[in-house]
Amino acid sequence: MGYTLNFAAVWRSFDLLLEGLALSLALAFGAILIGAAIGLFTAFCLISKNGFARRPAGIYVTIIRNTPILVLVLFTYFALPQLGFRLGKIESFVFTLALYSGAYLAEVFRAGLLSIPVGLREAGLAIGLTEIQIQTSIIAPLMFRNVLPSLSSTIISLFKDTSLAAAIAVPELTFEARKINVETFRVIETWIVASCLYVITCSILAALMRALERRLSVPR
Amino acid sequence: MPNHLLEIRDLHKSYGDVEVLKGVDCTMAQGDVISIIGSSGSGKTTMLRCINMLEEFQGGTISIDGEEIGYETLGGQRRRKKEKEIARQRALTGMAFQQFNLFPHMSAARNVMLGLMKVKKLSKDEARSIAEKWLDRVGLLARADHFPGQLSGGQQQRVAIARAIAMNPRLMLFDEVTSALDPELVNEVLQVIKSLAQDGMSMLLVTHEMRFAYEVSNRVIFMNQGRIGEEGNPREMFHKPKSERLSEFLKTSSFGER
Repeated sequence: MGYTLNFAAVWRSFDLLLEGLALSLALAFGAILIGAAIGLFTAFCLISKNGFARRPAGIYVTIIRNTPILVLVLFTYFALPQLGFRLGKIESFVFTLALYSGAYLAEVFRAGLLSIPVGLREAGLAIGLTEIQIQTSIIAPLMFRNVLPSLSSTIISLFKDTSLAAAIAVPELTFEARKINVETFRVIETWIVASCLYVITCSILAALMRALERRLSVPR
Repeated sequence: MPNHLLEIRDLHKSYGDVEVLKGVDCTMAQGDVISIIGSSGSGKTTMLRCINMLEEFQGGTISIDGEEIGYETLGGQRRRKKEKEIARQRALTGMAFQQFNLFPHMSAARNVMLGLMKVKKLSKDEARSIAEKWLDRVGLLARADHFPGQLSGGQQQRVAIARAIAMNPRLMLFDEVTSALDPELVNEVLQVIKSLAQDGMSMLLVTHEMRFAYEVSNRVIFMNQGRIGEEGNPREMFHKPKSERLSEFLKTSSFGER
């Protein structure tokens, strides 16, 4: 094989890759923030005794989890405008990823909520706390601690899923890498650098989540 | 009308088709220490949990200082009071549970402070000072900043008792508070309860510690199949049981084994 690696062309466009990475992070951050709110609300619906809350939440989670995210991305960007619901590229992708992450986070939060012993809620009631006080002071903080390990892998997954935004020409990291690849013909170098940026970012995210886990861990 | 601290009238409670309380009547005066004994499934714990509305009940009334707990009758219809009102009424009683139920992400002091700050609306400093007073009272001031996972079962239960008592309840409910403890840790918890009783705290204790019930209570209630089978002072109850059922129960209990 006579191929010689030459990164010079990729380095010249490195700032584009970094801009793409910044957008990838922003997409993931926005989607996770909205997705976490959707997920928490859905999780409470899923464990609710009220069928009117539980059933629609179950249907939402089932549909989203059984549909490939790329299909959702394409549907939101190309099909919804036909129904009069038009969003820009970035908004459309954040909306889709938030909806998608909401379904996954709902399951993560549901498991976290179910892992909290019922006795803690009763202890809260017994000292006169209201349901909202119990949820905010006892259940939510404990649930958050319980789900941190799985939340960490979901967040990293969702960050990697931002690469699918390239399919609708959102200028995130993968899109920029593809552009550089086409312009420079340095296929291997471009994708090595892009992959390294993904690996480094994911490793930093994982380390941050582990640090948060350590900080919030309950002393034993 | 006599001034009862607690008055239970014709209390009925069912889980689906299974009726676990079949018309319980009971009164309690300020300063009374009443032990509720009986075999498993006789309705002891359920009765205790109805008093602070951890269980709903389908019939009868429970009043604390004449105030009806949990339900009100309007236009002939019995209905559950509003959640905020029930939360306020729950704070009239304190409860210690079999499994302690300390909040694991909070230190011993924070466990005690939470209700003081959220329910009593005290400042952090005031709550801390009350928490320290009660932790000292149960012998755990030095462990105030330890988390439940760093405490033994007996210590956790003492913190749980401090958490309940710090709220200054009219009545303390103890639900088999030593059942989950290793035998060597039982005594430290019983000593705390005994000293609170000596201070005049009104208490209802569900317990399997017959010797303790005998020593600490001024009245004992024997529950049998969802009803009060027999009640009286401990001396009569333990030495001269009237019913055959109580007599049998005592023979198989720790009191009979001594």
